[in-house]
Amino acid sequence: MARVRAKDRLKNEVNAGSMADIAFLLLIFFLVTTTILEDSGILVKLPEWSEEPPEDVQLNSRNIYSVLVNSNNDLLVRKTPMAVRELREDTKLFITNPSNDPTLADSPKQAIVSLKNDRGTSYNAYMEVYNELRAAYNEIWDEQAQIRYGKNYDDCTKAEQKGVRDDFPLVISEAESTNFGEES
Amino acid sequence: MSKFKPGGKKDEPEVSTASLPDIIFMLLFFFMVVTVMRESELKIKVKTPQATELTKLQEKSLVNYIHIGRPTKNYQEQYGTSPKIQLGDKISDIEDIPLFLENHKASVPEKLQFKITTSLKVDSDVTMGIVTDVKEKLRKSGQVKVNYSAKKRTEDL
Repeated sequence: MARVRAKDRLKNEVNAGSMADIAFLLLIFFLVTTTILEDSGILVKLPEWSEEPPEDVQLNSRNIYSVLVNSNNDLLVRKTPMAVRELREDTKLFITNPSNDPTLADSPKQAIVSLKNDRGTSYNAYMEVYNELRAAYNEIWDEQAQIRYGKNYDDCTKAEQKGVRDDFPLVISEAESTNFGEES
Repeated sequence: MSKFKPGGKKDEPEVSTASLPDIIFMLLFFFMVVTVMRESELKIKVKTPQATELTKLQEKSLVNYIHIGRPTKNYQEQYGTSPKIQLGDKISDIEDIPLFLENHKASVPEKLQFKITTSLKVDSDVTMGIVTDVKEKLRKSGQVKVNYSAKKRTEDL
């Protein structure tokens, strides 16, 4: 009789099924208690608070680019309605004013973008508009950096970036909100 | 000598299941690396809008978070449906913001305090009224570095 000895048997002793159960438990624990954190956004420097009311500015003088968003999320730029996707190009045109149009900014250093929203405007609409205004400036800075230094704005040194920013300063002034359509 | 049964192995399983837990462990490691322990449970629904001009927040310890949104279903009888502010793990009022900022500031060394940024995680459907009030409170408290939290936009406007 041939006895099959223990060492001749190649049997897989460990049951792998329970290892998978342990792993599933740990996985479910992590799925429930953690989140994929998003930590990016539009960086903004708010103006400092001062008790005196801001000086009244004429909304349509040559150097002011007024952007109004109402509680219906409609856009009114310099008293004419506009779609959000046209805002970026129009803002860039205003700031750079390549053809020296007398209705647009005197010079980029004097250009002021004034943003006013209603308390009933949705945050989504506000962000879309703000994003387009910032994008206009970022594109202008990129183009300037290309002209002056042959590289993108982000690849320039701090001093070079400051040079570009000084000639095309980011001025987005936010006015006191109107209150026609706030939800209660 | 009959080590091998005639007719092939009929009783033993063909597929080795030893590699199954390995696959699960791989998924597990992925989640362990990519995710962060959620700091506090959100009592309000916050779905941030999309944007393209994004900057990443570098130092987590220099960031405090203000969530603004409408309360989730479970908390709606308690807090109503209009937008609320959540600081840390409880729903708070606008007046609680200066204290919240001070508490966070205390945990940051003095030399780095000017770098503190406030990340505003606001739901897309919230109206600007409450956001404007929060921004005004932040300005009054001297907190001017603000980050509007947003996701990267993939489609065109």
